[in-house]
Amino acid sequence: MSVGEEGYSAAGEVSLIKARRTFRANVWRGLKSAPPTALFGLTVISIYLIFAIFAPWLAPYGEAEIFPMSYAPWGDEFLFGTDQLGRDVLSRLIYGARNTIGIAVATTFLAFLIGGCLGIAAAISQNWLDHLLSRSVDVLMAIPSLIFALMLLSIFGSTATNLIIIIAILDSTRVFRITRAVSLNVVVMDYVESAKLRGEGLGWIMRKEILPNIMPPLVAEFGLRFCFVFLTIAALSFLGVGIQPPTADWGSMVRETAGLIQFAEYDITAAMTPMLPAAAIALLTVAVNFVVDWFLHKTSGLKD
Amino acid sequence: MHPVITTVLQRLALGLLTLFVVSLIIFSSIEFLPGDFGEAILGQAALPETVAAFRKELGLDLPLHERYLEWVGGVITGDLGNSFSGRGSSGGADRSRPVIDLIAPRLGNTLFLAGMAAIIAVPLALFLGITAALYRGSIYDRVVNALTLTTISFPEFFVAYILILFFSSFFKVFPSLANIDPSADFWERVYLSALPAITLTLVIVAHMMRMTRAAIINLMASPYIEMADLKGVSKSKIIIYHALPNAWAPIVNVIAFNLAYLVVGVVVVEVVFVYPGVGQLMVDAVTTRDVPVVQACALIFAITYIMLNLFADIISIITNPRLLHPR
Amino acid sequence: MDIKDLEKAAVEGKLDRREFIKRATALGLAAPFATSLLTQSVHAGMTPKKGGKFTFGSSHGSTTDSLDPGTHENGFATNLVFAYANHLFEVDNTGKLIPELAESFEASKDAKTWVIKLRKGVEFHNGKPMTADDVIAAMNHHRGEDTKSAVKSLLSAVTEIKKTGSHEVTFTLNAGNADFPFILSDYHLAILPAFEGKMDWQAGFGTGGYIIDRFEPGVRATFKRNPNYFKSGRAHFDEVEMVSLGDTTARQSAVMNQEVDAIYRVDPKTVHLLGRNPNLSILEVTGTLHYTFPMRVDQAPFDNYDLRMAVKLSVDREALVNKILLGHGAIGNDHPISTSQPFHNGEMTQRKYDPDKARHHLKKSGFSGTLDLSTSDAAFAGAVDASLLIKDSAAKAGLDINVVREPKDGYWSNVWNKKAWCACYWGGRPTVDWMFAAAYMNDGKWNDTAWKTGPAADRFNKIVLEARSELDTNKRRAMYYEAQVLVNDDGGALIPMFANHIHAVSKKIGHDGQVAGNWEMDGSKAIERWWFA
Repeated sequence: MSVGEEGYSAAGEVSLIKARRTFRANVWRGLKSAPPTALFGLTVISIYLIFAIFAPWLAPYGEAEIFPMSYAPWGDEFLFGTDQLGRDVLSRLIYGARNTIGIAVATTFLAFLIGGCLGIAAAISQNWLDHLLSRSVDVLMAIPSLIFALMLLSIFGSTATNLIIIIAILDSTRVFRITRAVSLNVVVMDYVESAKLRGEGLGWIMRKEILPNIMPPLVAEFGLRFCFVFLTIAALSFLGVGIQPPTADWGSMVRETAGLIQFAEYDITAAMTPMLPAAAIALLTVAVNFVVDWFLHKTSGLKD
Repeated sequence: MHPVITTVLQRLALGLLTLFVVSLIIFSSIEFLPGDFGEAILGQAALPETVAAFRKELGLDLPLHERYLEWVGGVITGDLGNSFSGRGSSGGADRSRPVIDLIAPRLGNTLFLAGMAAIIAVPLALFLGITAALYRGSIYDRVVNALTLTTISFPEFFVAYILILFFSSFFKVFPSLANIDPSADFWERVYLSALPAITLTLVIVAHMMRMTRAAIINLMASPYIEMADLKGVSKSKIIIYHALPNAWAPIVNVIAFNLAYLVVGVVVVEVVFVYPGVGQLMVDAVTTRDVPVVQACALIFAITYIMLNLFADIISIITNPRLLHPR
Repeated sequence: MDIKDLEKAAVEGKLDRREFIKRATALGLAAPFATSLLTQSVHAGMTPKKGGKFTFGSSHGSTTDSLDPGTHENGFATNLVFAYANHLFEVDNTGKLIPELAESFEASKDAKTWVIKLRKGVEFHNGKPMTADDVIAAMNHHRGEDTKSAVKSLLSAVTEIKKTGSHEVTFTLNAGNADFPFILSDYHLAILPAFEGKMDWQAGFGTGGYIIDRFEPGVRATFKRNPNYFKSGRAHFDEVEMVSLGDTTARQSAVMNQEVDAIYRVDPKTVHLLGRNPNLSILEVTGTLHYTFPMRVDQAPFDNYDLRMAVKLSVDREALVNKILLGHGAIGNDHPISTSQPFHNGEMTQRKYDPDKARHHLKKSGFSGTLDLSTSDAAFAGAVDASLLIKDSAAKAGLDINVVREPKDGYWSNVWNKKAWCACYWGGRPTVDWMFAAAYMNDGKWNDTAWKTGPAADRFNKIVLEARSELDTNKRRAMYYEAQVLVNDDGGALIPMFANHIHAVSKKIGHDGQVAGNWEMDGSKAIERWWFA
């Protein structure tokens, strides 16, 4: 961007610096001031994202490619060996990143979109809308979600789309409650009252007055909800429904091999097999939540 | 009338409505599930005529609304009905299994396990959450965070298997089977339920701990906390006397959610440790389309949820004067 | 004492056994149908001793189980019913049919009328003596219009059951069946006390070696030894506890940590690791259990012979046995008769994975497109993985398969016997006739391949019917051999493998040298047959 033909203007120069700082330098400044945990989290997330996006190029073999040797040992040809059918474990882990993270991100965002919007709307309105939403959510939450998900998946079939929609809707009830609870503390604040008196619209109040003030608990919840999606998928596959094979996902991979843990005494590398997908989930969870913590710290306005 | 009492009465009335809707949803969901009791019980061996015989005996040939109304009528008079399983017209005497007999001992077990896990998990989570907020950014905070996050990111059955490996195989401290006997005394129950309770604790602590920490930190920038800070009040006092009272609403909400989970959502842990709880009963009943049992379990779970939430809401109202005295 | 002496001891009090075998041989039915394969069983063949409490982990059991023998369908129920009740006939641990509550029997020349004399002086657990009335009530529980029994069709050939003495019952069949006593050994047909002419199963009284102490469905059943048991040399434990352990890992942990003395359904994946536990021996038995992928010949495209042949040839059976059963089983030849059965046709050539031939048949069939294979681990453990392997090997033959995982829940009522191609299993049927009648004959209720018409199917039905009343063993063998060829060639069943039963048993347990292969846990009779060494 050049100074322009109209000649020099002080305001122009100031805005130029500001603009430059906003786009690039701000990010850099933020990163420089970030604690090591947050940097660690960001690094891990970036690596996961790279694996997820470039899985077909990074994985040594195909997701469902079957080799003659089942349970090949760890070695040069198959870094983490092969599974029962003779599929390369490393390749499945890498493809698992793509499937698992994709599903988790989609589900969590959908859940927060539904739950968050409705939660704030309910807290602001505090009228029939609030009642209707709260009662409906009460009804949904009063049904044990795992068993309900099991029933719904049996009725509608366990495709990835159904899985995302069903888990997101059941999860959104939790998000709704948290959002509504924290928003209730905010909507009684004077600035919201005055915004209401000013005649601002519902959407405006939601975005500008309430959302910024309830972000921290929501973001904290986001971090956890995100990893709960993996766990829900793992639990569902424990109970016999889940992602369609041969799609690799970490939750199901843990389930398939978890039984090997009990033989740690006899065969330690076999016992480590379920640890790989489990550790992949754990590492991502810790990383995401470290970043969330950093965000919490920044938004809290505390300097220490 | 005192606002809290109004709320309680209102909530209880609404709770009844919720129960009604829940029962309706569950009833129709089972209806939408493919197959019925006869087909589920006989499995591969089902024949059209034997399935029809089941239907006739269980009244499944009646229209949907009639069956539902009959069930509601029973529940209102305190009769949860009989399980579909084990019914038989032969032998003269009626020896059908009332749902209440099936559920009561299992509900006791479930509440026992939930109580045990809650007694360990809730104080632990609050303590960790508060201290982590107090020393936020320190090594302690980071270690606690990373540890609880790790335990929460493993699936329940995985945590359970690891505990079994260490506490039942390597060191024979606790049994891996928690199939408690109805005649077991209190300490025997505690001993047998130890591993499931620890598993559940590990699974729920992180959620409550993080919410406690986040809620407190969220308040630390408030003017009244800064004021207290400037007055020279010690940090621990600030958190306990100034921040915590205002942070109760989200914390109690998360605790209520997790307690409800302890009662409702522990199917997987029940399966791994063979713990005879209600979750397993409900899954089995759903699988075999044993409608009266599913309905009764759903009602129990719904009541648990409603009561815990009522409790959480009351605490939220009491701790927030603005809600206690609405303008 | 050696094994021979032991066998003598075991048959003490059954003086009619020799006579029975003689008669049975005349009818051509007493040859052993299951040879057992014993591995690492240290204490097999030791002297039985009384006493102790036997705890065993069942991989089955649901909270909706009941004591109604008509609805028994899982391993928990079969072990339970064999512990507390008896049947007219029993398949012993060597695979022979021996009378249990029956004392002797006589069949008419055409094998249509069967006179069965009952053992005298046998009492139910409530002290009531067992008579012909109880037997008739027990049989009628599974017959008639409004019965809910799973074995209704099994007794559909029985036209009349008459009391011909206080301890004698006469069965009349609508057609001759030389294997009829085998049917009476089915676990559903337990003899329980009658009450007002109907079988009273709710009370849980039987004549068996163990009295039910407590039955908590889906959790456990406990038993005490029946001091009045009519068999000698059986029922050695003082007490028995059967625990329902549905989760494989939990079950294996329990037996490794010595919380239970025996389990069945060991995961083939981890047998070799479990075997390293110093307290356990692995007991592996070849039986009649086989995994199938029935194609319905009444639905397109499986109505085409060449397409069925293309599918059968494009399956790598060795890979399935190696990867799904990890070698703990045998290759199947697209017919349901196990190598351990007497009329198994061993002269037929084994069908092999042949992508080129498969491609040839596929081309001839004119089919192009994708085949849907419906599968679920409800069919058998590893069914989903097995389907994926089939997809993989078929792809190399140019056949495109889409694996559809169906929900476990409701699999038998919605997928099996309805979808054009799915995964399925068939358990122990002790005779060839029984197996064919259940799933391959045109009047079979569970004919899941719908293979009912056409020249080959007609021929098949004709010879199996003839063989049923044929008393000459050689003629019978020839007929059954041909029947197996017909199923193998024209039938809709893809039967790639037979699975072994794998148990993990504490080294403290003793059992006879041979262990039955018809069901898991020594024919589901481990409670009555095993002992603490």
